[in-house]
Amino acid sequence: MTHAEVKNINVWYDTIHALKDVSLKFEPNTVTALIGPSGCGKSTFLRMFNRMNDLIPSFRMDGTVMVNDQDVYSKEIRIDEIRKNVGMVFQKPNPFPKSIFENVAYGLRVNGSNNKAFIEERVERSLRQSALWDEVKDVLKKSALELSGGQQQRLCIARALAVEPKLILMDEPAASLDPISTARIEDLIFELKKTYTIILVTHNLQQAGRISDLTAFFYMGELIEYNMTKKIFLNPDNIQTQNYITGRFG
Amino acid sequence: MTKARRIYEKIVTGILFSSSTITSLTVILIIVFLFREGIGLFNSTPTEKNYVIAVSRQNTIPIITSNELADIFNQDITNWKQLGGRNDSIVRLTLNDLSGIFTEEELGPDLEFFPQKLNEFVKTTPGVILYLSKEYLPKNFAGRIIPVKKITLLDFIFGKHWYPTSSPIPQFGIWPMIVGTLMVTLGAILFALPFGMATAIFMSEIAGNRLRNIMKPVVELLAGIPSVVYGFFGLVVLVPLIQSLFGLDVGETVLAGSIVLGIMALPTIVTVAEDALHATPQSLREASLALGASELQTLVRVVIPYSKSGISTAVILGTGRAIGETMAVLMVTGNSTHVNYSFLQPTRTIPATIAAELGDTSFGGVHYNALFALAIVLFLFTIIINLSVEVIKNRNQRVNQRG
Ligand SMILES: Nc1ncnc2c1ncn2[C@@H]1O[C@H](COP(=O)(O)OP(=O)(O)OP(=O)(O)O)[C@@H](O)[C@H]1O
Ligand SMILES: [Mg+2]
Repeated sequence: MTHAEVKNINVWYDTIHALKDVSLKFEPNTVTALIGPSGCGKSTFLRMFNRMNDLIPSFRMDGTVMVNDQDVYSKEIRIDEIRKNVGMVFQKPNPFPKSIFENVAYGLRVNGSNNKAFIEERVERSLRQSALWDEVKDVLKKSALELSGGQQQRLCIARALAVEPKLILMDEPAASLDPISTARIEDLIFELKKTYTIILVTHNLQQAGRISDLTAFFYMGELIEYNMTKKIFLNPDNIQTQNYITGRFG
Repeated sequence: MTKARRIYEKIVTGILFSSSTITSLTVILIIVFLFREGIGLFNSTPTEKNYVIAVSRQNTIPIITSNELADIFNQDITNWKQLGGRNDSIVRLTLNDLSGIFTEEELGPDLEFFPQKLNEFVKTTPGVILYLSKEYLPKNFAGRIIPVKKITLLDFIFGKHWYPTSSPIPQFGIWPMIVGTLMVTLGAILFALPFGMATAIFMSEIAGNRLRNIMKPVVELLAGIPSVVYGFFGLVVLVPLIQSLFGLDVGETVLAGSIVLGIMALPTIVTVAEDALHATPQSLREASLALGASELQTLVRVVIPYSKSGISTAVILGTGRAIGETMAVLMVTGNSTHVNYSFLQPTRTIPATIAAELGDTSFGGVHYNALFALAIVLFLFTIIINLSVEVIKNRNQRVNQRG
């Protein structure tokens, strides 16, 4: 059972109170969409699960974040251990300037694998899972930078899958892509939720409606409403959610 | 209004155009001058102007090289047989040692009997070699003027002897200086690279923004210190240290030059390498960290490979700084023009040689030309360095602009 859960978290950047007492529990094998106007704290929230916010000097937090029943911010745990269990896909495709193969193998290598057969097997499986295998299987040695933007993003997904995380974080993964590439990514997310728990930040409400099971609406650092996607889009409890969904602000 | 403005713009354009033209022309003229003066070396015989080399009529050697001449006058060659000629032992005669062969009475008070005496001497001494000013040559000279081979490029570059002022025959082999320059530069890079990279990595990856903003100007300040100061530091601190550390007779060595130049190249290497490391996109670092890589793994596997070309540029620019440096090296490397392949022996680099000797040469002389030819070699070195920077930059732009 995969658990991802936050309890009463508060986040500050210096004096900016970016997340205000947010508690939320994610269900295994679901896609949860995080929506809300720019600056409401979606990315900050997402980056709590793999402690990426730790890179920001002014970052402070309190509260509890649990992934796989482990307290992510406990003093005993090693950050790289947590990050291995949580995959992340960023808004802009960010492949390493290495070969396609080495991009996917990267996570395995830094985690100490050097069994060639094992790595090859994993790379192929990850590329198949991210629906890129057929396009790149003959050019695995080519630089990843020579792929198109959409291919690069699927490569980044494959790269995240290769270390077999339980939880996958996606921060507007299709924001920089054309409609066709976006559709492929959406299909892919739909496919991946069979195996993974996915948290997806998106500004595209139709996208949230199409692929997510649950939706959380954030506003000014607060979690306003969290419910089944259908419910949020058709009949939200909160008037602010209603206003956002219908485009009256944001 | 608009007309005045148009004229104003024309004038500004004109000024910009003419100053850029003047600048380019100056650069081109300097290069042309450099090459014209330098190439002159290969059109000249190394003997002084108006001086000739002569042998007896019996001598069968058709032409002689300057190296052979040097060997003859150094007494390394004592018999014409060694040069493929007749079996006659060599008898050297220059104006300086006339008195060793002829008495003053024989020559007369105003040397008026000298031509006659000389002819007699040449006739009776088949192994003679003369080095004389043309004006002393007898009218009906009994010997034969032997041509001296012009200096070839190979002699110049691979010649192991640099005796630019030795008489009767100077030697212009720059191999010792090429070796010296390359060794001092290589040593400087070997010294500066680890320290420079460590500093750059510390500044870019470990020090916070505050510390970085203090360190960077301090390092750049190092570049502004005049090179004599570095040379002085080297002379007073390094040279005695090296001397006692290695138990040497003299502390002025390749090693001292390398360290002084290494210190001088540090600011370039640190600043350029730090910029390159710092320019690695945050998104790549985050991608690596998010996959469970440690900071160190991210540095080694992502940041350094990404900045590889910037780091190479840093090294090459540092090399460029080192290879042309004159004053400081001249002060600490001991000024020796002997070929030397050891880091613990004295040497002299190309720029140091030019600086040390140009003042003593006469305009248009062979020595003068030789120093210009030396400058061309240095110029070619730096061109190669600059070109490699360009090549690396272009390649990098192509790689990082895809995608
Ligand atoms: N590195 C940072 N330093 C200081 N403040 C930050 C930093 N990152 C985010 N913030 C602040 O935290 C708040 C939440 O930012 P966050 O990036 O989480 O919003 P978001 O919902 O992801 O916005 P967007 O939809 O535009 O991506 C904002 O007020 C932002 O200014
Ligand atoms: Mg965001």
